[in-house]
Amino acid sequence: MSKFSGRSWTFGDNIDTDVIVPGQYLKLTAEEVANHVMEGVDESFSTKVKQGDIVVGGKNFGCGSSRETAPAALKHAGVSAIISVFFARIFYRNAINIGLPVIEIKEAKEINEGDELVVNLKEGRVCNLTQNKVYYANPYPDMIIDILEHGGLLPLLKKSFGKTKNN
Amino acid sequence: MGMTLAQKIIASSSDRPSVEVGEIVEVNIDLAMMHDSSGPRRVNPMLEELGVSVWDPEKITVVSDHFVASSDTVEAGILKFTRDWVKEHGIRKFHEREGICHIVPIERGYVRPGMMYVGADSHSTTAGAMGAFAIALGSTDMLGVLVRGKTWVKVPETIKVKWNGTLKPGVMAKDMMLQTIKHTKIDGATYKAVEFSGQGVVNLSIDERIVLSNMAIEMGAKAGMIEPDEVTANYVRARTQEPFQMVEADDDAEYQEFFEFDASSLTPMIALPHSPDNVTTVAEVEGKKLDQAYIGACTGAKYEDLEAAASILKSRQIASGTRLLVAPSSAEVIKRSSQTGVLETLIEAGATLLPTGCGACAGLGNGVLAEGETCISSTNRNFPGRMGKGADVFLASPLTVAASAITGKITDPREFL
Repeated sequence: MSKFSGRSWTFGDNIDTDVIVPGQYLKLTAEEVANHVMEGVDESFSTKVKQGDIVVGGKNFGCGSSRETAPAALKHAGVSAIISVFFARIFYRNAINIGLPVIEIKEAKEINEGDELVVNLKEGRVCNLTQNKVYYANPYPDMIIDILEHGGLLPLLKKSFGKTKNN
Repeated sequence: MGMTLAQKIIASSSDRPSVEVGEIVEVNIDLAMMHDSSGPRRVNPMLEELGVSVWDPEKITVVSDHFVASSDTVEAGILKFTRDWVKEHGIRKFHEREGICHIVPIERGYVRPGMMYVGADSHSTTAGAMGAFAIALGSTDMLGVLVRGKTWVKVPETIKVKWNGTLKPGVMAKDMMLQTIKHTKIDGATYKAVEFSGQGVVNLSIDERIVLSNMAIEMGAKAGMIEPDEVTANYVRARTQEPFQMVEADDDAEYQEFFEFDASSLTPMIALPHSPDNVTTVAEVEGKKLDQAYIGACTGAKYEDLEAAASILKSRQIASGTRLLVAPSSAEVIKRSSQTGVLETLIEAGATLLPTGCGACAGLGNGVLAEGETCISSTNRNFPGRMGKGADVFLASPLTVAASAITGKITDPREFL
């Protein structure tokens, strides 16, 4: 899971949680909301996005509400990672907690829509095959790598509590 | 090196003598807040998967405010689930139809100076007005708190925002905050704590201070804090017997940035569609026609907000063709407004009273706009589609909203003082 590739969908600065998941869909489950994700900026995004695709934002991706439904809907829509110059704080934490990698790259805006990207999370490296460029990400603290490697906070907590309902 | 307010509380909550900016530390949580939308319905499946219960029911408060009053069976089901869940987990600090999740815990004396507070809603920064370190978390993050009573925080850099002088009549804390966000933009305080200080802040009541900490999230801030003083202490003592710690920043604390503003020369401000940092003076956009004026939300429907609106609506009528909707932020606000005549004034002026709750601010019914409509609102956020797809929302103080309701167009409230 630490190395993967995908095609990029690019968005601008300050993509907020109200456009990722409008309030009217909050009563739905994250799986259901995936059919409406990003509707506020691109009505047909949910029908175009393919499994493994990578969302690329400018500055301050995910600002606004604390709704975890926003990264969760992107994940359920098939998005494998989000790249941005930097993320809003709550969105950053939420994405990691649900096991969706969020990668901060200062050159994020150089990535064009449709570029083929290869992400190496452990090495903090993103290769843009289309543009033949390599970007280096701000490294994650150990605590965050630990959560991502477990696939999110819930699997990590399961381990520390040493029991689950299923075993 | 001294510590900021944020550092002081983080250090004390992690049982350390001091903490440095950039360190990641584990903190003990004094109070965790959830609401009906992001709370039990989202965390319960994960709690069941873990097979554990909550760490301390006395340190958890649940406030149902997003889907009240329910408008369909799905919403009613969410409210019922929340009710059943708090009962099952022995959570006594539960409130439904009593107000918004950022206001009720303050009114009840649950939020006290020096606390480490987490809330499953972005505007949880609100509790910082009481001298607490209050951060917002998502649902899975909250799950970690619910089972462990702890979470991790990166010790933030702090920005100091100092307001000198005293506000002139017709100008409110909302105007101060819009001016601040105009300066920092919506990403200017990302990952950072903000301390609001100076005479302009000290002079404010708790109702008004709440606007600053509440909208700190609109600067991207992790926390928006005000050093507790006698105003804070008196407010808390009137509501609880519980002890609290008046944590203050050190004189030699290090601030990453320092902004200074003058309250006495501030005029009414307004955020244009579609961002809280798209700010200009009300004078600049005066005359823009409106379909709706909305006084609501955690930030803009407290008692003093309603009182301010009533002060200029008294013996006046709202314009025909414009609707004024008022959704008070809590049951206590409704009760007090009915006792003092504020409610009567608003209703006689033509306002429609809505139930307390998040309502139109969160795009959840009770005042949501039609496509192409324009609204002036005392709420805190005007991102595209928030209060209805294709609608334009202007953010302003309750005074400006009330003045605009009288004329049916964006109006400087000082014309009616």
